[in-house]
Amino acid sequence: MSKKKKNMEKTRPDRLTEILRLWASRYSQPLERLSADRLIGRIEEFLSEKPGARKKKRKSGRRWDHEVIERIITQGSRVLDLGCGSGELLERLIRQKGIRGQGIEIDPEKVCECVARGVSVFQADLDKGLPGWPDNSFDFVILEKTLQTVHEPVKVLSEMIRVGKWGIVSFPNFGYWHVRLELGLGGKMPVIESLPYPWYATPNIHLCSLEDFMAWAGEARVEIIESHVLSHGEVRPLREDDNLFAEEVLFVVQGNP
Amino acid sequence: MEHPPAKVERKAQGAKKRAVKGPEHKASVGWTHPERVRLVTEACPFYLEAGGSIAPVDVEYETYGKLNAAKDNAILIVHALSGDAHVAGWDAEVNKRGRKWRIRKPGWWDDMVGPGEPLDTERYFLICSNVLGSCYGTTGPIDLDPRTGRPYGLRFPLVTVGDWVRLQALLLDHLGIDRIYAVIGGSLAGQQALEWALAFPDRVENAIILASSARLSPQGLAFNAVARHAILSDPNFNNGDYYGRSAPAEGLAAARMLGHITYLSDEAMYRKFGRRLQGKSAPEFSFGIEFEVESYLAYQGKSFVERFDANSYLYITRAMDYYDAARNWGGGELTAACSRINSRIMVVSFSSDWLYPPKECEELALAICRNGKPVTYVMVPSDYGHDAFLVETEALGDLVRNFLARGRDK
Repeated sequence: MSKKKKNMEKTRPDRLTEILRLWASRYSQPLERLSADRLIGRIEEFLSEKPGARKKKRKSGRRWDHEVIERIITQGSRVLDLGCGSGELLERLIRQKGIRGQGIEIDPEKVCECVARGVSVFQADLDKGLPGWPDNSFDFVILEKTLQTVHEPVKVLSEMIRVGKWGIVSFPNFGYWHVRLELGLGGKMPVIESLPYPWYATPNIHLCSLEDFMAWAGEARVEIIESHVLSHGEVRPLREDDNLFAEEVLFVVQGNP
Repeated sequence: MEHPPAKVERKAQGAKKRAVKGPEHKASVGWTHPERVRLVTEACPFYLEAGGSIAPVDVEYETYGKLNAAKDNAILIVHALSGDAHVAGWDAEVNKRGRKWRIRKPGWWDDMVGPGEPLDTERYFLICSNVLGSCYGTTGPIDLDPRTGRPYGLRFPLVTVGDWVRLQALLLDHLGIDRIYAVIGGSLAGQQALEWALAFPDRVENAIILASSARLSPQGLAFNAVARHAILSDPNFNNGDYYGRSAPAEGLAAARMLGHITYLSDEAMYRKFGRRLQGKSAPEFSFGIEFEVESYLAYQGKSFVERFDANSYLYITRAMDYYDAARNWGGGELTAACSRINSRIMVVSFSSDWLYPPKECEELALAICRNGKPVTYVMVPSDYGHDAFLVETEALGDLVRNFLARGRDK
């Protein structure tokens, strides 16, 4: 490595820190101010880490939200999985929790994979809602990393709350600092672990931040009962400044009658 | 737009018909022997949904594979409008029964049935019987009416999908099978499969309903009306008493030609025939056969007349018209009707089917879903129209194989 390049790498975090300090100080929200120092710490840590080092923190190869959902769902309950993909989660829940499961999926190939797993699956477009499905006919309705891909997210959320006693919703947090940096400073659509697609090939059309979602829940009188986040490889309960630090979030929600 | 054409091409290839399996092929059921049994005698007639009764009733059926000791591996295959009990393999008794059209062709679902096929004769015991009122060995209008000693003709009573299913249940009783592992059928046979799940919820573990819905659409009723009109107005029809004389061949051929239009799709016709002329480079400006599509329909009409009875066509299309699962079991409410279902259900539709369009198949699946019962609904992308359930055996085969394989660990 040339001397010049080495110097650049050394100075880059410092310059970036300055810029960030400036950037963060321009925001007046208390949450942002509160976490400016932590954020800068994180970024410094991130820039000094070797590529890929961060990934190692979570040992299990399974999706973190699947693990959380498996903990939440009770034995023998009725579960509807909206956008169930190839049915992995339902298959596990059927096997381990003896649930009565039903999936809904739009992609015909994934629907066939569900059939191969022995998962009951209904090929349908979530954007059309669940017409005629009775209220509260499921104990849990799961909307796992699907919300941001539908055309009518509010309609889908409302239907989730209507047909289920509890809704479980997870999505990538667009307020995550890394996303903000990619777009805010990098000037490019973020391509990170939780948002792995280039702009032209992404299924994600309605991204929101954790704050956005909470604001919607407040307006829609939807109660958030339980919250979990994935933050820097760690799964933990929601903290105050997670609009910056959570990569992905998972809420258990309930409608207010 | 570079991707879509490639996809269409792949799809068309995937649906390409497999080479016909000869009787010695390892995946063929080989030579088959139709069975016939008298299930109903005059002492104990078979009562019909539309009123009246009939006796005696003989039923022709075929079986493939072996019934296991626990008697829990039986699958009932049901057939559609023009089908018969000969689902797979090669009829060893072609000459004995004068069914020469079977010489060059295996059964109607040969790609799906056999050792290692989706309906695997090494695992399952498969049964198919010919429906009441048809002309392939089960009692129908062509048979002698014991009261007159002459063929029934139009004196044959009107039969329904419900009657067919109850007669199939009698056949299972006769075979000593209490509960079937599955029932599977497409089109009109899909309605029989549904009726099985509704009428005998505890005798069916799994039901597979293909290209079918809880009732025929008004458009479907209209097609059937035209088909029957062609038969009824044929000068040879003679109020159904044409046996031993000239049959109403033109009427039946026209009915079949219309049928074939409804089984295909616009896309399928473009692919199969386009606007190509039949064996000529320039039109002749006549009313003869000019286009390939005309030649195809004429051939279908003609060959059908050799193997089907016009009266049976009337009776079976009528049964198709009347079938209404919601009315029969739910006082007009399909969701209420489906509350009876205890079986695991899979409904499969095909995107270009306009006889039983995906929307109507979905409506059926939804009605089951609304009862909180597990249901699988799949729409297979295909441009083969209604025929897809017979042609798309690769896509359908995987679904059927997998659905059946996982049916026991629910």
